[in-house]
Amino acid sequence: MLEKRKAVEQQPSLLQKKLIVSHAPFLHSGPRISERSYHTMLAAVPALVLGFYHYGMPAVGVACLSISTAIIWELLFNLVTKRTITIGDGNAALLGLLFAMLVPATLPWWAVVSGTFIVIVIGKQIFGGIGSNAFNPLALAVAMMMVSWKDLFDFDAALLNYDLEFATIYPLVAAKYFGTTPVDAFSLLDLFMGKQLGGIGSTFGLGLLIGGIYLILRGFIRWEISLTFLAGVYLTAFVFNLVDPARFAGPAFHLLTGYTLIGAFFLATEDSSSPVNFIPMLIYGAFGGIMTVLIRNIGAWVDGVILAILVINLISPLLDKIRPQALGKVM
Amino acid sequence: MFKKLFVGLAPTQLEYEKLPVRLPEAERIPAPKSITLLHPKNEDHRLPSVLGIGDPVKTGQKLSLYPDQNFYVISPVTGTVAGLSPYSGDFGKSYIAITITVGRDESLDGAFQQQMKNPTMELASSYLAYTPGNPPWSLLADPENGIKTIVIRGLDPDPMVATSQYIAQSRLKDLKKGIHILKEISGVQDIILITAGESVQGYGHIGAQVKGVKTTYPSALPQMVMKDVLGQVVPAGKTCEDLGVCFFNVEAVVSVGKAFESGQLPTTKTLTLVKKDGTSKIVETRIGTAVANILGAYGETVNEYDRVIFGGPMTGSALYALEHPVEPDTDSIIVLDRDKAAYVSDYPCINCGECVRICPAKMQVHMLVRFLEANQYEHAAETYDLYSCIECGLCSYVCVSRIPIFQYIKLAKYELQRAKTPEAADA
Repeated sequence: MLEKRKAVEQQPSLLQKKLIVSHAPFLHSGPRISERSYHTMLAAVPALVLGFYHYGMPAVGVACLSISTAIIWELLFNLVTKRTITIGDGNAALLGLLFAMLVPATLPWWAVVSGTFIVIVIGKQIFGGIGSNAFNPLALAVAMMMVSWKDLFDFDAALLNYDLEFATIYPLVAAKYFGTTPVDAFSLLDLFMGKQLGGIGSTFGLGLLIGGIYLILRGFIRWEISLTFLAGVYLTAFVFNLVDPARFAGPAFHLLTGYTLIGAFFLATEDSSSPVNFIPMLIYGAFGGIMTVLIRNIGAWVDGVILAILVINLISPLLDKIRPQALGKVM
Repeated sequence: MFKKLFVGLAPTQLEYEKLPVRLPEAERIPAPKSITLLHPKNEDHRLPSVLGIGDPVKTGQKLSLYPDQNFYVISPVTGTVAGLSPYSGDFGKSYIAITITVGRDESLDGAFQQQMKNPTMELASSYLAYTPGNPPWSLLADPENGIKTIVIRGLDPDPMVATSQYIAQSRLKDLKKGIHILKEISGVQDIILITAGESVQGYGHIGAQVKGVKTTYPSALPQMVMKDVLGQVVPAGKTCEDLGVCFFNVEAVVSVGKAFESGQLPTTKTLTLVKKDGTSKIVETRIGTAVANILGAYGETVNEYDRVIFGGPMTGSALYALEHPVEPDTDSIIVLDRDKAAYVSDYPCINCGECVRICPAKMQVHMLVRFLEANQYEHAAETYDLYSCIECGLCSYVCVSRIPIFQYIKLAKYELQRAKTPEAADA
């Protein structure tokens, strides 16, 4: 024992402080997943606040319940599957917040709880958690709920009891069933400023645009997807409008109504279910925009954004096969 | 240090260190009481008996533990051998650490001076391999490579390190002599000196073409120099030597010049010391000086769980002990506070695509990493271009999930190499 100790003392390296040995690189550019989540939530705030202003405490209630149950579902799933607790990354809270922005203010509590269950457990966790979901969890949840409880997403019926300062008819319903005559009654500025029926946080065009531009500038979402999505909507709606102006609403109307803007900036850009290469991103976004207007104008559903996003999620892995040639690749 | 900007539309640029117009004087650290030299070890488990404890050595003396093999170290000091012990390095490399107690008077070894009259490749590789800058003689001399071009790197491949720039700007005379000798012994006439961006001027008749590269990382990495300056893309899995191009550090060429000018083997290593507060100094020290001695000279304290790095912040390696000696290729020592260094996590890839956009080799890193995490190295190599990687580490640097992607890539290459070797031996 004494000898061993002596040997240790003779070799000062064994007595010295521990250094951390890690692999290169030793620097990091800074951002973390939590930062992305919280800044995306921040970007969503302007649109959400106008929703609170229009629909009052019920909207606040839906948002709070949605965020908290989303976090709880994630925590429960972590505990049940005995995996690392991941609520700290903010992704569950973000999904909860965005879910609240998509639904009407009067959504019953049980629908909010089931909705966040679909978002977190079915949309995200059973695929393996963050980064592994093939579909945007929000689009999946809203689509499942639209199919299962059709009345919940009938904005005209859901918001019937509100006395608002603007026309209380869901613009896309007006456009789909009554042609362009009622559509012309909507002023584009009013639509842009959020004076229209819709989800709690999905009607305020200016707020969503500000949030989207913030996210693009910070590099949290990819401009290629958002921009081509909007371009796809605009051009397709323009062509339809050109062919039959009496039946199909104009392109600006389609840009400012329904889920178009929230879809372009917050749903289609979701990391896991979207491509990362330049050309695939362009195709992905544009195809989403085209599908949106196709469903709206000649499909069975009033708003096509949710279903269009599910369709482009489906082709995203295939699109990402279009990739640049790696350096020095031997063909 | 090198954080992402608030407006993050374009990827973060890692700028190379820029030296002031008036070059700072390199600070000399006196020789410590004892130094350690790492001599490559062969598979033999017994310690060789060529050199024993108590043997006297002179400055510049060649110490070779295995007479039948061309491994050696050059003693940078005069003194007596105080110990020989096995030492393990990265990736399973093993060494014998020779500790030499520095004596009072310095006497110079004359073996090189006697033979330097007619410079040959053999002379260079038997005396000048353990000189500052670590010249790659074996690559240059190997007839299979058929080296046609020598690229002298006057710019460090990593940011924060300024050693090569300092030497390229301050040791012009030795550099010129070194280039001359290099041409003479190798017969290669096409020599290119790489510098940072605008500073192509001021080299006059140095005997080499001077070319500038972009001042952002990773443009001084060999594969990028090959692509941008020489216009040749290194095929995946091949090396620059396979294309007949050999890379020399500018310090290696300067060492050659100095050796033939003075007749003495250079033993002083120039390096950049980056302290915890981010300030850096150009330092000159004897090869074999322990890191602890250098940090001690500047009163730099290292705390528990800090990191001490040899080489640059992107491609260097972390030390586990402060007793590690300065080696001929140690271009920098970086001390990183535990709060400033990057940590990795076990989070999965979230598919944000930052790595794909920053990758200079245009690899599909987000897909590659999924296969590497699942140990599917062969599939990764076939489908997702593992061998195109130029090992710059930018993917790990930007990864939001903080996946150690670079480490996965190195591990995959290492494992594939290991799997290949026994197969080749059987065949």
